[in-house]
Amino acid sequence: MNLRDTLTLSFETVVSYRTRSLLIVLAMALGVAAVVVLTALGDGARRYVVGQFSSLGTNLVIVLPGRAETSGGFPGAALGQTPRDLTLEDARFIGQLPQVRRYAPLNVGVAELTSGGRLREVTVLGSTSELLPIRHMKLSQGSFLAHGSERSAQIVLGSQLAREFFPDGKVIGQRIRLGDSRFLVSGVLAVQGESMGFNSDEIAIIPIDYAQELFNTSTLFRILVEARSRNAIEPAKAAISHALKLRHDGEEDVTVITQDAVLATFDRILRALTLGVAGIAAISLAVAGILVMNVMLVAVAQRTSEIGLLKAIGAPSADIRRLFFAEALWLSLAGGALGYALGHFGAWMIRLAYPVLPAFPPTWASVAGVATALLTGIIASLLPASRAARLDPVLALSGK
Amino acid sequence: MIRLSAITRVFHMGDQEVRALNDISIDIASGEYVSIMGPSGSGKSTLLNVIGLLDRPDSGRYELDGSDVTDLSETEQARVRREKIGFVFQSFHLVPRLTAAENIELPLMLEGIAPLERKSRVDTALDAFDLKDRALHRPAELSGGQRQRVAIARATILRPTALLADEPTGNLDHRIGAEVMALLEGLNQAGTTLIVVTHDRELGARAHRHIAMRDGEIVADET
Repeated sequence: MNLRDTLTLSFETVVSYRTRSLLIVLAMALGVAAVVVLTALGDGARRYVVGQFSSLGTNLVIVLPGRAETSGGFPGAALGQTPRDLTLEDARFIGQLPQVRRYAPLNVGVAELTSGGRLREVTVLGSTSELLPIRHMKLSQGSFLAHGSERSAQIVLGSQLAREFFPDGKVIGQRIRLGDSRFLVSGVLAVQGESMGFNSDEIAIIPIDYAQELFNTSTLFRILVEARSRNAIEPAKAAISHALKLRHDGEEDVTVITQDAVLATFDRILRALTLGVAGIAAISLAVAGILVMNVMLVAVAQRTSEIGLLKAIGAPSADIRRLFFAEALWLSLAGGALGYALGHFGAWMIRLAYPVLPAFPPTWASVAGVATALLTGIIASLLPASRAARLDPVLALSGK
Repeated sequence: MIRLSAITRVFHMGDQEVRALNDISIDIASGEYVSIMGPSGSGKSTLLNVIGLLDRPDSGRYELDGSDVTDLSETEQARVRREKIGFVFQSFHLVPRLTAAENIELPLMLEGIAPLERKSRVDTALDAFDLKDRALHRPAELSGGQRQRVAIARATILRPTALLADEPTGNLDHRIGAEVMALLEGLNQAGTTLIVVTHDRELGARAHRHIAMRDGEIVADET
């Protein structure tokens, strides 16, 4: 019997045993759909986290004061080190490095914002004009801290602060008091909402010099550095470490981290998680495979006399094996296709319900889900098919 | 030409040995009309199964149309069955899911004949067996006589040299049974060897050669 006839005949068989086929296809489909939906969730979470990081800036290198490492095997070693502060001069020096596109020194503190009888404690960022491009921030009105005018008392307000302090909408050019100093509102940040647990709608940004004065400090909290390109991240990191080591009398007393490293870690963790849930979902596929085997065994038992007849009219064992094999193939194919559709529908529903979560099933998961369905179906049909093929024709004809 | 030499077939029922065929030797010439009769358990069905290559003898030699088919592989035996032998069963053995036409088409499909030719041959067969208006009916929608006609059409579609019928009228009433027999005899007159297994004396008597069996042995062989 040729391939086309085998496929046609087995297809007709599958269609004629409607209930049985529907149930098995459904079981298979649920398994595949589980793989697709769960990986969509896992990968969605991964994309979400990666997206959150990227919104903080690209090719970002962050310099922290202090050295995060366990030092010395004996107590005296730690005492020998004098961690130096990170200063504005350090930041400017880093800015000269060829691998660095731009940099922004950063101070963070809390101060009281008052205007027109309104008062509120706000998180204050002290930085320079470069903070805006580095951190991918956007303004809704006005201008950011002007370049080279660190000494002018400007303030940029988060959108919520602007709304609360100036409900009439006239914000730009207004005076506002922060701590003991008066500032001129130069711009308002666009609504960004919370990202990485940090709500940029509720912050105020002032020039770094004012911030250091306000918080009475000469050290920096961070230096944010943007490397020239993705490939320049590692060289930039090395150059910054080296430069600061030189400036700090040979002490490695700063920590340079790249966002890429953090991102890569999260990426790895969430990928592993996605694989894990895919594996769990695949178990349901294995169960469906066993179901296919069971159904096929029952089919062989039910159709014993038919198998006998096929042998009597001259079907070789190979043909009979192929017929049952093709039947299982059709069932798993239908199950895989339906599961694929169901899974994508489910992922779409999730995206509809949680728009922030980009729950798109990864291609590998869809392919692997359908392939696993086919594979388990095929494997599960091997035993029943060979049992059918091996039936003794005389006994089979008498239905025994 | 069917030539059986010293065919023995032994079944084991628990620790008991049953000799279903005990040293059977017969020649059946092409175009003969043979009835095999005997009580149940006499080995007549086993003999038919051996002739039809459904059952392998434990010893002896089977020659079909001049070639030894005793030790052919399973696949080769299937091919010989398909091309040289047609089976007609008491219980028709139609595939319930398939229409009359599709049932008749099955051997053509197994033989790997192209769909277009299959269709024309099935149409011819439907005409010949007066099943034209039943072509798209499933077995459940057919009468017993119609079912057996479909089965005969299926058995003869590849023009086998021998037609083996095991109680072909067992499930049919007398009148329909006679019609079916007439059909089979017509095929025999056209040159097909016809071997009918039955315990119906009247039916057996219609054949030109009568083989009687008892306990796995041929006790009479008369023409």
